Amino acid sequence: MMEKIVLPEIKDLHLIDVYLQNNGYTAVKKAYSQTPDDLIDQVKKSGLRGRGGAAFSAGLKWSFMPKTTNKQKYLCINGDESEPGSFKDRQIFEFNPHQLIEGILITSYAIQANAAYVYIRGEYHKWIKLFEKALADAYAYGFVGDKMKEKLGGNYSVNIYVHKGAGAYICGEESALMNSLEGKRGYPRVKPPFPAQNGLWGCPTTINNVETITNVPAIINKGWEWFSKIGEAKHPGTILYGLSGHVNKPGVYELPSGTLLTDLVYNYGGGVPGNKKILCVIPGGSSMPPLRGDQLEGVKMDAESLKAVGTSIGTGGIIVMDEDTDLVKVLARIAKFYYHESCGQCTPCREGTGWLLKLLNRISRGEGSTHDLDLLISVASNIEGNTICALGEAAAWPVRYMITRFRDYFEERVSKEVIIPVANKVHSMRGTAIPLAPIKD
Amino acid sequence: MSFKFTEENINRINEITTHYPGKQPAVMAALYIGQEQNGWVSYEVMQEVASVLEMNPEDVLGITTFYTMYHQKPVGKFHLQVCTNVSCMLRGGYKIYEHVKEKLGIDNGQVTEDKTFSLEEVECMGSCGTAPMIAVNEDYYENLDIKQVDQILESLKNK
Repeated sequence: MMEKIVLPEIKDLHLIDVYLQNNGYTAVKKAYSQTPDDLIDQVKKSGLRGRGGAAFSAGLKWSFMPKTTNKQKYLCINGDESEPGSFKDRQIFEFNPHQLIEGILITSYAIQANAAYVYIRGEYHKWIKLFEKALADAYAYGFVGDKMKEKLGGNYSVNIYVHKGAGAYICGEESALMNSLEGKRGYPRVKPPFPAQNGLWGCPTTINNVETITNVPAIINKGWEWFSKIGEAKHPGTILYGLSGHVNKPGVYELPSGTLLTDLVYNYGGGVPGNKKILCVIPGGSSMPPLRGDQLEGVKMDAESLKAVGTSIGTGGIIVMDEDTDLVKVLARIAKFYYHESCGQCTPCREGTGWLLKLLNRISRGEGSTHDLDLLISVASNIEGNTICALGEAAAWPVRYMITRFRDYFEERVSKEVIIPVANKVHSMRGTAIPLAPIKD
Repeated sequence: MSFKFTEENINRINEITTHYPGKQPAVMAALYIGQEQNGWVSYEVMQEVASVLEMNPEDVLGITTFYTMYHQKPVGKFHLQVCTNVSCMLRGGYKIYEHVKEKLGIDNGQVTEDKTFSLEEVECMGSCGTAPMIAVNEDYYENLDIKQVDQILESLKNK
């Protein structure tokens, strides 16, 4: 049985006394006896990669923070988790909040930030309360805030604050998160400048995912070599896989990176209800390219292996769909989500997501034509790469890849014979052969 | 109808502003507190938030309309939020949603005549592993079937 790093099976670990009995807050003491550069180096060597979707090296990200600056530095913890299919961070808030706090203490010291904000999505009232309780206990025991100089020695202190979101998916994008924290509409910012140069209130800022930071105390306590040997070498450690959809035992499973997708679905997830075949699996939350049921054999769940089969690890949220699933409806629902969540800054995304939804709804009603499939891919391709943030890709990928990988399935749902009545010929050239008026010079 | 924060709520907002370098970052929390006191975020609430945090009322309006969790019209005593996103959809989210609609006789965004219930179809709430779900105000009810939904609605009616 593999050791669990982020969610160990220890009863009542969320209580500070239980956490202390289990070597809690020892990593932070060890970390504070070393230099910040040493810590960044260890995390870099450990190979820890971000668990929020981009899988970027955590240590490398920290090293981007300027060493000499007269500005305040900030740490943000991204707990906005709103990606459909992703529900891992709430487990950390509920079952292991102190390891997250300890991770924040170590990270903020490594980047020399004196304030850390934990941004938690607004719908998570219960988990915000649970985390705030843990944070209050950590303050009371002197691990956070002014008292930590006495408790942990040295001359460093940091304050941790919880910032509650209010239901905008886009605030999980790091620059939108910063705008939201500043008390503005959650619009993503143009990069560069990157947060490490120009982040919160124009100051150097690092933003990490909740799960990423929760790994840090273990790396400091047990050493980077130990961590780097868990799972796949290029994406080491354990990953919280969230299993949902048509599986018998949905839930969050902490397993080494590189665990076989089929192992997750059939052994841990207990297989598909009614022993049905799998039609489609989305391996990393709804924005990632879906895989066909016949593509799953031998697929390992880590960033590099998934990249090789044309998809991505994302947040590790695996959505399983059985053979009776209506993929058109599923894709239309995904499109509706991105249409709803587009912040409206960039025209390709604001308008394109609406067109994707309209076209998919038309196919869903049985009024789609073959031409609509190509039109969907064309609209998706025109969103991708033409927006400030990655929501454009998140909206385009599911459509583009679902239609490409399930072309036959979608062809069956559309018909060449479908002719949409055209009310106003001036506004629609569809199905007509009216030559354009010649252009005069 | 004018709106003023209670003294206790003013103190709460003032405490929250100490978390940040300025006053404006407390706007999201202040809007929540206004919603809690008033039941929904009216223009008067936005004006009060703006004056307390020394912001333009237009900016507060911009923030209120950007985020979905600020109610810009009155909601019922129990605000039901049903998730119909993919993971819930695959496990019967729409069945639950349609059932609640039929049972209460209201559509998305509407309030029952007695003002007890309001309904909202929401995006992913992070209950994918425990789908389908309904959130009643701030509480999650998960792993639901139609029978349990009926029980929940019944018990809320008597509250």
